[in-house]
This record gives sequence, C-alpha cells and structure tokens, in this order.
Amino acid sequence: MTNLREAAYMIAAILFIVGVMRLRNPATARSGNLTAAVGMVIAVAFTLIGAPITNVILLLATAIVGAVIGAYSARSVRMTAMPQMVAVFNGMGGGAAALIALAEALHALAHASYPGLSEAVPGLFDMLVGSVSFTGSVIAFLKLQEWITGRPKSFRGQNIVNAILLVLLVLVGVAVLIVPTPSTKLLLDWILIVGSMVLGVSIVMPVGGADMPVIIALLNAFTGIAAAAAGFVLQNDVLIVAGALVGSSGTILTLIMSRAMNRSIFNVLFSAFGATVTATGSSERGEIHPTNAEEVSMLCAYAQRVVIVPGYGLAVARAQQECKDLMDALVARGVDVRFAIHPVAGRMPGHMNVLLAEANVPYDRLYDMEDINPEFERTDVVLVIGANDVVNPDARENPGSPIYGMPILNVDRAKTVIVNKRSMASGFAGIDNPLFFLPNTMMYFGDAKGALQQLLLALKEAA
Amino acid sequence: MHASLLQELFSFLLAIFVGWSLITKIPPVLHTPLMSATNAIHGVLVVGALIVVVAALGTSQLIVAGLALFLATLNVVGGFVVTDRMLEMFRKTPNEKGQAAK
Repeated sequence: MTNLREAAYMIAAILFIVGVMRLRNPATARSGNLTAAVGMVIAVAFTLIGAPITNVILLLATAIVGAVIGAYSARSVRMTAMPQMVAVFNGMGGGAAALIALAEALHALAHASYPGLSEAVPGLFDMLVGSVSFTGSVIAFLKLQEWITGRPKSFRGQNIVNAILLVLLVLVGVAVLIVPTPSTKLLLDWILIVGSMVLGVSIVMPVGGADMPVIIALLNAFTGIAAAAAGFVLQNDVLIVAGALVGSSGTILTLIMSRAMNRSIFNVLFSAFGATVTATGSSERGEIHPTNAEEVSMLCAYAQRVVIVPGYGLAVARAQQECKDLMDALVARGVDVRFAIHPVAGRMPGHMNVLLAEANVPYDRLYDMEDINPEFERTDVVLVIGANDVVNPDARENPGSPIYGMPILNVDRAKTVIVNKRSMASGFAGIDNPLFFLPNTMMYFGDAKGALQQLLLALKEAA
Repeated sequence: MHASLLQELFSFLLAIFVGWSLITKIPPVLHTPLMSATNAIHGVLVVGALIVVVAALGTSQLIVAGLALFLATLNVVGGFVVTDRMLEMFRKTPNEKGQAAK
C-alpha cells in the first residue's frame, strides 16, 4: 500500500510540473491548470485509500464545506476582484500549513514522543512562515478590497521592530526545542504562532496598494515553502516536491514582477512606497484642457491609429465591454486600434489582459509595453482610460519623483492624448502626473463606463 | 540525520531547481494565472491536512487538524477554480465560443 501511494505521489508531482510547463503558453495554459488539478485529485485519493479513517464524518463534512465555499467564491467573484481572491486562498493555505504543524506537535506531545530535529525544526518553521503568510495575505486582501486604506501605514523604525520581532520568534522556536516539559513547549508553540501572525500584519501594512501584487506573489512563495516544510514534518514527498516547486517558481515570479515595476523586492517591502509624497518637481502645474464626447469622437474617427491604454479605473467602472464596442466601432471605420498593456496595468501583471479577454477583445490587439512604446510617435490618438501612474512621464524624466525609473508607456509622444478620469484626483500611488498639463493632452472627465457610452453615441451620430 | 531525510532533501532541492528553471520567460499576460495556479498547487497542503486529521486523537487535535483541512480545501478548490476561470477567457478569436459565459 505504501509503495502504491508513493507511486501515486510521484505521478502527482510530475503532473504538477507538467501543469506549470503548460501554463507558460496562453494556448496550453488552461489544460496546464487542469493537469495540475488531476495531479491533486490523484494525490488526495491515494492519501485516503487504505488509511485508517476513524474520523470519517468530520473529514467529509469539513472537506465538503471547504470545497463548496471555495468553489462558490471562486465562481462568483468579479474578475476585477481576482487579485484579492488569490490573496485569500493563499492566506488559507498559509494558515493550513501552520495548523498542520501545530496538530502534529499536539499529537507528538500527547504521545510524549518528541520528534527528532529533522521534523521539529521544519514544524516550527512551518508555524512561523505559515502564520506570516496567513495574516499577511489577509491584510493584502483588505487593502485591495479597500476595506482598509491602500495607503502605506508605517511608523518610524518599523523595519527594526520587525527585525527584532523575527529574532525573538526564532528564539522562541529554539526554546521550544530546548524546554523539556510538554505544557511549556505547547505554550511556546502558541506564542510562536501568534507572534508570527503579528509579524505578518506588520510586514504588509507599510506596503502600498500599488505594490500589492508583488506582495501576494511573495506570500504565495512563502506558502509554497511552508508546504514543503509540512512535507518534512510528515515525511511526505508530494508535499515536499509541490511545495518546493511553488516556493521557487513563486520567488522567480516575484522577482519578474518587481522588475516590471523597476523596484527591487527590498524596496517594495521596506520603503513604505508612496507614504510620503515629497517634492515632485511638477509644481508648476500649467493648464488642463477639458474636452467632450463629440470632440473625442471626431478625433478618434478620423485618426489612422488609435491606441487605447486601459487602467484599473476602467475595470472598476466595469467598462471593458464598452471598450470593446469602441474598438469595434473604430475598426469598422478602418481605424487601426491597439491596446497598450503596461506590465502592471490593473492590479496584477496580466490582470488587464484577463479583463479585456473577458470582454472578447482578441489578444492579437493587445500589445506589451516594449512592443507598443516605439509606435506612439506614429499614433494619432491615445486614449488613456482609468490609468495614471503607468503613463506618468515623471517616471522617465523627473529624478525627484517617487516612481522615477519605473518603465512607462510613452503616451506623451503621440500627437494627441485623451485622458479619461473621473476627476483630477491623484492615482493609486498618490503622485502628481504632469501628463495632464501637456499641450497635446486633453482631459475627458467622467466615469469610464458613462464616458465611453457617450463617446459611442457621438460616434454613431457622426456616422 | 537519518537516511530518509537525505532523500527528502534530495527531492526538495531538485524541485527547487525545476521550479526555478521553469519560470524564465513568461509573457506578462500569464503572470496572474501562473501565480494563481501555483497558489492552487500549494493547496497540496490538503494532503498534509488529511494525514493529520486521520491521525488526530482527542478534541483539541481534531479541532486543529479539522481547521487545517478546512483552510487547505478552500485553498486547493478555490485556487484551481479561480485559475480556470481566468484561463477560460484566453481564446484566440472572440467568436469561438460566442459571448463570454457570465
């Protein structure tokens, strides 16, 4: 039986790896996810087969409730809320990892059979990392859901306090290994878990909302490593392999994402980005040029090439469908319409692509930043809808700006830039944007959905 | 240090290398689904949770293990479903399957 189970675990691990391989290409991605899911079913089935299941009812009831809630929330969540949904599921995984280690510790203490260092150490590591991932993900969720402010919240010396807390937690872990009495060990386990939960909150609170995707990717890698640690505790190969796979691929993904924002991961974690908006140098604000639907429709209808830059504001207003309709209307008039997707458009890399795909925008019209940037000089009209920081020329030109160095879409090089925003309020990162005051920029105020509908009407009338 | 620990470390390190080399050039369009899919894969914690539930004796162990199972199931089921929903939308032509399912 054990051999059969080991073989099943091996197959499951291979399916996970093949699944991730297939996820690297849009054409095979969906089947890749399915492949990994099949691996998961195999792993779960062979864990149960032949196991002495004494707690069947508890087991079934818990698993069914968990599965129903998980599937229902994943099905019903709006596409715009996808990032925080991933954060929640990741947090649940982190919590599970910490609790598995705790359950195993309780079990060992009840039998007065203390595990050797090779299980005790990963167990303590699991409690620490799992708990950090749990509360960290919950805070990330709350920030993205805007139940708490997305602005960074920090106090002076927070990094030092966090470092001290981490050292203390490691010392608590060492103490667990040393103290002889079971009740003291257990108490210290709890202190470790609660302390790590505090640390998770304290690490994520200073991170600004705009950096949340990077944090979620990082916490995802954390939970992966915690799963691997749980594998060492339980001497279970599939947990070790799958956990390590997620831990390392998640780390690389985190680095790729922070590179897309030209920020180092240390910078994201420790700088409380956007907390202090200092002299940005663009204080000489100049004038803005408001415009209206008729004017915009004329400009677009008689343009040869229109590039649409969608941002999170578009998603919040749920105007993806109107955006697609606008594309259709302009394409029908022979206009070359393209979408310029900044790597961090939306709130996660690739988020905007998903949102536009939902509205049936064909993905050969979606252009990555590197591909579209040289084209702006030959573009008649750029339509910026609900995007702000990713088109801020200060990132390119003003060394005093907090986002200086972040790669941006060079929309200011187009003949005309039309910016649709609800008001002149600053973007997610809370930074001034000199683009709005350029002579070739026009401001088309209004909620993205309403503004696009009016624009579509105006286009029809002009026809 | 026992023999199986070395074997475990061996699997662990190999898996680290595999994960590392798999993710090199990923188009940004797939970053979110990939993060979401790997999030589902660490839902393999459900296997660990099942093991501790099966082994649990006494109320406190049952509560802790049961809670672990609950959280891990949420992670694994929700993770795969949400990833599938994202990837469902990647179609080459908009009319391949008619309007996007709501």
